[in-house]
Amino acid sequence: MLKIENLHASIEDKSILKGLSLEVKAGEVHAIMGPNGAGKSTLANIIAGKEEYEVTAGNIELDGEDIGELAPEERAHNGVFLSFQYPVEIPGVSVTNFIKTAINETRKAKGLEDMPAKDMLKMIREKSELLEIDRKFLSRSLNEGFSGGEKKRNEIFQMAMLAPKLAILDETDSGLDIDALRIVANGVNKLKSKDNAVIVITHYQRLLDYIVPDFVHVLHDGKIVKSGDASLALELEAKGYDWIKQELV
Amino acid sequence: MELKDKLVSSYVAFENRVETDSEVHEIRSRALQNFEALGFPTKKLEAWKYTSLNAVLKQDYSLFPNKENNIQLADVKKYFIHDIDAYKLVFIDGKYSSFLSETTHDTFDVCLMSSALVKPKYKAVIENYFDKIATKDNLTSLNTAFASEGAYIHIPKNVEVEKPIQIINFTTGSEAATLLQPRNLIVVEQNAHVQIIERNQSLTSNPVLTNSVTEVFAAKDATVDIYKIQNDAENASLVDNSYIEQKSKSIVSVHTFSFGGNITRNNLNFFQRGEHIDSILKGITIIEGKQHVDHHTLVHHIAPNCESHQDYKGIFDERATGVFNGKVIVEKEAQKTNAYQKNNNVLVSDKATINAKPQLEIFADDVKCSHGCTIGQLDEEALFYMQQRGIPKKEGKALLMYAFANTVLESVKIPEVKQRITQLIAKKLGVDIGFDL
Repeated sequence: MLKIENLHASIEDKSILKGLSLEVKAGEVHAIMGPNGAGKSTLANIIAGKEEYEVTAGNIELDGEDIGELAPEERAHNGVFLSFQYPVEIPGVSVTNFIKTAINETRKAKGLEDMPAKDMLKMIREKSELLEIDRKFLSRSLNEGFSGGEKKRNEIFQMAMLAPKLAILDETDSGLDIDALRIVANGVNKLKSKDNAVIVITHYQRLLDYIVPDFVHVLHDGKIVKSGDASLALELEAKGYDWIKQELV
Repeated sequence: MELKDKLVSSYVAFENRVETDSEVHEIRSRALQNFEALGFPTKKLEAWKYTSLNAVLKQDYSLFPNKENNIQLADVKKYFIHDIDAYKLVFIDGKYSSFLSETTHDTFDVCLMSSALVKPKYKAVIENYFDKIATKDNLTSLNTAFASEGAYIHIPKNVEVEKPIQIINFTTGSEAATLLQPRNLIVVEQNAHVQIIERNQSLTSNPVLTNSVTEVFAAKDATVDIYKIQNDAENASLVDNSYIEQKSKSIVSVHTFSFGGNITRNNLNFFQRGEHIDSILKGITIIEGKQHVDHHTLVHHIAPNCESHQDYKGIFDERATGVFNGKVIVEKEAQKTNAYQKNNNVLVSDKATINAKPQLEIFADDVKCSHGCTIGQLDEEALFYMQQRGIPKKEGKALLMYAFANTVLESVKIPEVKQRITQLIAKKLGVDIGFDL
């Protein structure tokens, strides 16, 4: 589904990714771990198409098609979803109106009519129940005054509504208490199927107790330096990242 | 001939045409003298530092269009809030159009200034209210000198007017350039309630200059809501001079929606004469090209325990320029005043300009006065976030601007007005957003 080869990227002449390769197949869950500043969020933003980053070498393919030149919204229309580490507050736009607009813009891009209001409401009801989101919450301004947990739950709610092919969860566990973590993870697990894939970016192991990865990769200094199965995450948790750094020397 | 000389020399003819023995004869003559002494405002005046009328004043205006011009309702229906029942006062090239209007004298008066100025039954009201709060500055004096037509609205005690009143001035372009000077008087007695929608609309590309004066009196416990829709033709300029006097426990709101025109200047003045008054001043400005919108507001807190709320949002694209000058005066006696002022601006293009100046003069010591002014660009992070969810950049920008202006729309009480403004904003931003905010 996603194939990244030898990706080099920089921001303001500062090189961040230095030859990263990654392949994710449908039905798989990949975890990307690594110390702060390793380039984890950069990778997520580049896949999503954020323009500030300059890709200097390598390519990104989604279902065999190079998406490197596509605008962020085009990538979204093709099924890329990024759950933001810091979701942006948009005062004046309610959660419901925002997701309606997002869905209908995506449909428009595919040449489809707007989703009938009745279907939309039904889906909103189902997906908000899945994430234990209160009705009142949906009419609030997007992310404005939301707690950390509410923001992340709202991200996964949007993911549930948009049903992406490839979901990238960027530090979705940060700022979550254990209950919120369970709800969010449960939501992600329910959305998983053999046709979609998930990349979990995290600093800590604890989210991976709930969303069990098929593969774990360690990102260090802009490259994947070690890959393994779920047990690698436990090893990292026990030994810390210094172990990897030392191993590299 | 310079416009000023032309106006001054036409005054005698004007006075002969309207009734010279009217109550307001004295007032008019003094106003003319005032104008003669002051002339038109120039950029040398602090209050006009950022707004120049020079180019506008160079036109050869026809001062008193004589022709009776008719327009078809079908052609202008879109300028009305036509999906609601309303009283209407419609003027075409400054002349009353009975055909397009709907007046009343039943329990209250919605009629013409031209009759109010001369008919005995209105004499007391005119004596008590006409030109009583309008300042004696240059353009207001000019309007007063030639005051002859406009809206006259008088709502007696305890009357709640159920339908809004629409005041519309059309210009047809039958003259090469038209100068209009509407004069409105709105008297709302104790515990009465009225909603007014104002619009000036040029139907031509010929230059138009409107110099309007509106005096509003809100007695004890009265509620007055005024909506000004300024979405005029490219060559139409407007100086709107509004003066509002409030008595105890009255609530007056003025919403100004400035979406187009050549030069638009709003002089909006509130005088609070009583306690527990609430004054609400709100505005949305969205302009582009070389358009210019200037908001000069004044709230004069004279008595204790009153509030004022100002919230002005501006979005400026291309080479558009904006001015916000918000003056709040809190007199020594006006303890426990709560005065709030907010002015937020977005510059979409780096060629656009906004000159913002909050001006607070506070002489009382136990007051809450806050003001906040921001000038910024659209939030790039928010745009990326929306794009990531499939909303293209153009729609995302529109959505952000929409949301930005939204707080001002929340207080609009007439749903049809709110809907119309929402549509106008969507049209301005060039998008079809499938929902109301």
